[in-house]
Amino acid sequence: MSEEILTTQDLHLYYGEKEALKGINLNFTDKGITALIGPSGCGKSTYLRTLNRMNDLIPNVTITGTIKFKGQNLYAPSADTVQIRKEIGMVFQQPNPFPFSIYDNVIYGLRIAGEKDKEKLDAVVEKSLRQAAVWDEVKDHLHESALALSGGQQQRVCIARVLAVSPEIILLDEPTSALDPVSSSQIEATLLNLRHDYTIIIVTHNLQQASRIADRTAFFMNGELIEVDQTKNIFMNPAQKQTEDYISGRFG
Amino acid sequence: MNSKTQNKIAIGTLYGVAGLVVLILLALLGYILVSGLPQLSWHFLTAPAKAFLKGGGVGVQLYNSFYLLILAMLISFPIALGAAIYLYEYARDNWVTTTIRTAIEILSSLPSVVVGLFGFLFFVVKLRLGFSILSGAFALTFFNLPLLTRSIEDSLRTIDLSQREGGLALGLSRWETITRVILPAAVPSILTGVILSAGRVFGEAAALIYTAGQSAPALDFTDWNPFNISSPLNPMRPAETLAVHIWKINSEGIMPDAKAISSGSSAVLVLAILLFNFAARYLGKRLYKRLTSA
Repeated sequence: MSEEILTTQDLHLYYGEKEALKGINLNFTDKGITALIGPSGCGKSTYLRTLNRMNDLIPNVTITGTIKFKGQNLYAPSADTVQIRKEIGMVFQQPNPFPFSIYDNVIYGLRIAGEKDKEKLDAVVEKSLRQAAVWDEVKDHLHESALALSGGQQQRVCIARVLAVSPEIILLDEPTSALDPVSSSQIEATLLNLRHDYTIIIVTHNLQQASRIADRTAFFMNGELIEVDQTKNIFMNPAQKQTEDYISGRFG
Repeated sequence: MNSKTQNKIAIGTLYGVAGLVVLILLALLGYILVSGLPQLSWHFLTAPAKAFLKGGGVGVQLYNSFYLLILAMLISFPIALGAAIYLYEYARDNWVTTTIRTAIEILSSLPSVVVGLFGFLFFVVKLRLGFSILSGAFALTFFNLPLLTRSIEDSLRTIDLSQREGGLALGLSRWETITRVILPAAVPSILTGVILSAGRVFGEAAALIYTAGQSAPALDFTDWNPFNISSPLNPMRPAETLAVHIWKINSEGIMPDAKAISSGSSAVLVLAILLFNFAARYLGKRLYKRLTSA
């Protein structure tokens, strides 16, 4: 068992008065893919967004409990959200490339961080796009707008953009739900390539997707973590009745 | 009456109303251009005005209009940009921002002659700036600020929330996200807003009559020292603009060809504003294309 890189203890989240997460305890080991599944509104996306403090943008959110990344509390007053998000990157449901060239999209984080060395930037662009498995498709028009790409290519450019700032953890919030099946399977292949080098946490509505790519799977319902285990066990031999009902399509 | 006839009557009425608006606009434009275009010549566009004799031009007024426009934009754009960024990106919805928004709305509905009189009392008299380009530019800033702020705020609103999330999720600070992701993406639409408001400022007369003044001393276009009174760059000289010139010769013009000058000036003004509008569309579209698609 490798060491635990991210731990959540007794995490509660309230939208105003409404409790959306009811005491989540969930830990992630270094490297590999963990899928978060569950019916709509179960809190899985909300939970994912607490992990790099993206919920900070929403007014009236209260969070209690602790999330520790390598032993450091992400919600400590001294925590630096900018630094946190460099180490814990995020890919969203809708591909959201910036309206600039593919090249500029990928190096945006680095360039703003002050990196000017052209050779180094070129190298990072190629490496990130290769890792995101989109290099061959875009290498001849790196300086054209990223918005001209297909949805699937845009999403992989967004993954490359996150990889370029070399995070340790990558959060993905239903990254394929806006994409066609072919693009989705390309994204899945991309993630499988990355699982040895990064800790990947993915929210998905697609149970087959979870079973295909995830090492571990966590099942959420009504703001609670019902069960987390090896993906194989969750799908073949779940410990909880609710999990079994959900997996077998009896609700949700 | 069945719903089909009702529908026909409603559509007919709407077409009629829309047609009427277009007709009025075309008639006005047509009248101004037909009576004004024949007066235009290189001499008319460049020569200084004459007070009593015929054959004067509007060169100085035309130059003043542009100079004043540029100064007013230089002052109002940074303020409007800052205010819009604050209001849209940072401020939370509470009574402070509600008050600011209401104030901006009231300011934007202020009659421009009131802005002019305020400018006269405050800048011209109290601050002793005199009838000057600077007083005019400040007055125009008051006049322009609310609309420009609104239009920039609207431009920021068109940029999707996902772009902001994308920036933040890369480990950019909020300020970096705004300046490096949001603003570049909003540039085309901000530019359109700026040019359109420039058109409004260019045609403004009432706010300038009591601030930039109604006289246009001859300028020496070889003297670019801003401290000389006849220098085109001097911001402390009185400067009648084209729009004020039209107002003035129609109310008290005593040159024999006042009517012709007024018509010509009006045509120049309308053409300039049309040009601003077309430029806004063209540049906005081109920039958007360049920034977004291959």
